Amino acid sequence: MRGPAVFPARLRRGGRGGADLAFPALTMTFAAGVVVLFAAFILVLSCQAWPAIERFGLGFVVSGEWNPVTGRFGAMVPIVGTMLTTVVAMTVALPVSFGIALFLAEIAPAWLKGPVGAAIELLAAVPSIVYGMWGLFVIAPIMADRVEPWLGEHLGFLPLFSGPPMGVGILSAGLVLALMVIPFMAAVIRDVFMMTPRNMKEAAYGLGATTLEVVRDVMIPCGRKGIAGGVFLGLGRALGETMAVTFVIGNAHNLSWSLFAPGNTIASMLANEFTEAGDALYAASLIELGLILFMITFVILGAARLWLRVGMEQGGGR
Amino acid sequence: MKSLAARRAANLAVLTVSSLAALFGIVMLAWVLGDVIVRGAAAINWDFFTSLPAPPGMKGGGLANAIVGTLILTLTAALIAVPAGIMAGIYLSEFGRGALFAAAVRWLADILVSAPSIVVGVFVYLVLVRPMGNFSGLAGAVSLAILMLPVVIRTTEEMLSLVGRELREAALALGSSYPRMMFAVILRAARNGLVTGVMLAVARVAGETAPLLFTSLNSPYWMSGINEPMASLTVTLFNYAMSPYDDWHSLAWGAALLITVSVLTVTVFTRMVLGIRAGRRQANG
Repeated sequence: MRGPAVFPARLRRGGRGGADLAFPALTMTFAAGVVVLFAAFILVLSCQAWPAIERFGLGFVVSGEWNPVTGRFGAMVPIVGTMLTTVVAMTVALPVSFGIALFLAEIAPAWLKGPVGAAIELLAAVPSIVYGMWGLFVIAPIMADRVEPWLGEHLGFLPLFSGPPMGVGILSAGLVLALMVIPFMAAVIRDVFMMTPRNMKEAAYGLGATTLEVVRDVMIPCGRKGIAGGVFLGLGRALGETMAVTFVIGNAHNLSWSLFAPGNTIASMLANEFTEAGDALYAASLIELGLILFMITFVILGAARLWLRVGMEQGGGR
Repeated sequence: MKSLAARRAANLAVLTVSSLAALFGIVMLAWVLGDVIVRGAAAINWDFFTSLPAPPGMKGGGLANAIVGTLILTLTAALIAVPAGIMAGIYLSEFGRGALFAAAVRWLADILVSAPSIVVGVFVYLVLVRPMGNFSGLAGAVSLAILMLPVVIRTTEEMLSLVGRELREAALALGSSYPRMMFAVILRAARNGLVTGVMLAVARVAGETAPLLFTSLNSPYWMSGINEPMASLTVTLFNYAMSPYDDWHSLAWGAALLITVSVLTVTVFTRMVLGIRAGRRQANG
């Protein structure tokens, strides 16, 4: 028999006494450590960011000025940069992850599932700094020499694809980021697909549905919550990823419509400037950036986990 | 209803695109690994493992201190996170079924698994580095431990809940105390799964860079203690790759190769030898 084993300590009171009674309390203390850690994160970051919060108020998030010399700080540029890279990454990663998940769950013959699944999981295990470095030395030159000039030539009428091809910039960062989140999302979505009740799928196939129709009308509706969870999980990772982005974003404090232009994300700005921030207000502003990033990912990941749990329970229970 | 031909065509199109997506994944993996292996192998020699970094502009030099530093940081992190994580995991699996508090802990741990690691670095900087007045290997290890902790907790919970109830009852019926039953019988029964989970968590944090940037920092020298700045492969890679020197770029590729090979070897080997996949999927079958 598998599964939960609950032995309330009170049943054994009077037995061996001390150790048995203390044990649940001891383990609970460690579990409470997670909650304490979380509270400490928010408390410490808020306290240390307070000088900046007090000084700039809400203006912090709408001001694009970032000037350590005059002591005026605004988070607009890194916030927009974070959003742009994430949007680029998700635009590429979403369809590809769905495709991979679908391939692994429904299309691949049994002998291919193992190796392809393993390759995707290896892709997820490669440390993000390796992606970042590879992006800088391999992807950025290709972007500068081929992809961006081509995009500029054919789609240059859009402000998004105007400007000089630099190689490093929002677009390159978004693409490297996409490569990083694809394996995570693909793995979660595949798991959700695999949990579709077998009899429902077989019923649909039995009625003459094609694979596409089974996926669209049975597997996706069945796993809606789980899929949303998986996508948000990828989103949370993309927002907070540091190393893969820092290498290829170009680290420029500027706001531009062009995806070719170098920029900054919250994470890359922290990575580059945090140890250099001597001035108290400068440091507090960076910490406030960290706090903003933490709260955004907290909300997104929190929702993702709730949906994933509900999704998995529904899928498994049917 | 659309004609059969149209439905078949749409189906074929989607199947093709989906297969191409999978092919894309494999091509990217081969591309990244290929570049890392080819460019990294050029930098790997005896000096790489035995020498200290050379000053900027000088030829040669190795990353011996960074290799040792990464090992020390990762092991120290595991020493902190594994016992604490196992205890918390025991609570969730044994005493926390259905409790609201346990559900909250689970939820927070799951969020913490993917929390932005750079913010963990900032947090540890604020609570350890600033009060102690210096960057230290210990602070770096604590950041890594914070990243490991939730993984260990969730794996422990899942692996323990896979152990049958009969085993617990038998141990208790033979008169063992609850802690003894847990540590001598149940943890042992769940050993393979626990080791897998811990090894995967170790592999993951060994490749982390962001939380070390403001905690263990970097150092061109051998470490003499854990309470001083400590070199790590990842931070060294970052500094070298961002530098203007070709020699350092080459060393950075060497470091990338070493990290990638170590992390992937541990991941693959753990999964193959122990034959268990850690994480949620395991419990869900």
